[in-house]
Amino acid sequence: MPLIDSLYNAALRMTRNPSDAEDLVQETYLKAYRAYGRFEEGTNIKAWLYRILTNTFINTYRAKKRRPEESDIDDIESFYLYRRMGDAERSGLSRSPEDQVLDQLTETEIKAAIEALPEHFRMAVLLSDVEGFSYKEIAEILEVPIGTVMSRLHRGRRSLQKRLYEFGRQRGLVPAASPGGE
Amino acid sequence: MSEHCREAVEVLYEYLDDELTEEHRILIRHHLDDCPPCFEAFDFEVELRVVISQRCRERVPPTLVERVAAALGRLQNGEASGPAIGE
Repeated sequence: MPLIDSLYNAALRMTRNPSDAEDLVQETYLKAYRAYGRFEEGTNIKAWLYRILTNTFINTYRAKKRRPEESDIDDIESFYLYRRMGDAERSGLSRSPEDQVLDQLTETEIKAAIEALPEHFRMAVLLSDVEGFSYKEIAEILEVPIGTVMSRLHRGRRSLQKRLYEFGRQRGLVPAASPGGE
Repeated sequence: MSEHCREAVEVLYEYLDDELTEEHRILIRHHLDDCPPCFEAFDFEVELRVVISQRCRERVPPTLVERVAAALGRLQNGEASGPAIGE
């Protein structure tokens, strides 16, 4: 069954619920099977499947929940995480402090940070950073303009960094002190 | 932060996502070669992306594979696919 691991991963990050994720994946394959006659040979089947997945998610799950979007995403600057990692302890290894902190971030934290993103940003970040789709493909999957994709990626990624920084702080990987000079 | 640094950071993500024109990409590349602070910051973003893509993975539960295969099988045989989700 092609791509089922990736689709399940995306479904789980979207629904944040394993039972819903399984239903979503099943529904996606059934719809894909029924719609296969409309699939154009030579076009991108992975993008096509993801479009079915995201449309099904939006139509089935998003309508059920209304969550206010985070409003502080605009205020996060570039290199948010990098600028705060430099103060982490040097442990004598050849890896930089920044890379050492990255090494220690767990799967659980990465997934939780992604799932904490508001849906618009989460879906863009998933499709780009986890699944590797281009801006154009993401625009087609989400049925939004490329400019919107870029905006959601910019803001979503920065929000993700802020969340990862908070995890790092909670675990004592990085100091709580604010970064020098802006 | 120089003007070149500012311009490079402006297109940080487009550069990392390989969405710049070839000419623009080369310009940014030249700047990174000449500017260690920018290079390190960009390099960190690359590392972060690798970490995210590698650690955001799931193994699909085998029961789901069976479930989907069975549902597709029923479809193929022309039977009803069962209740759709949400019903």
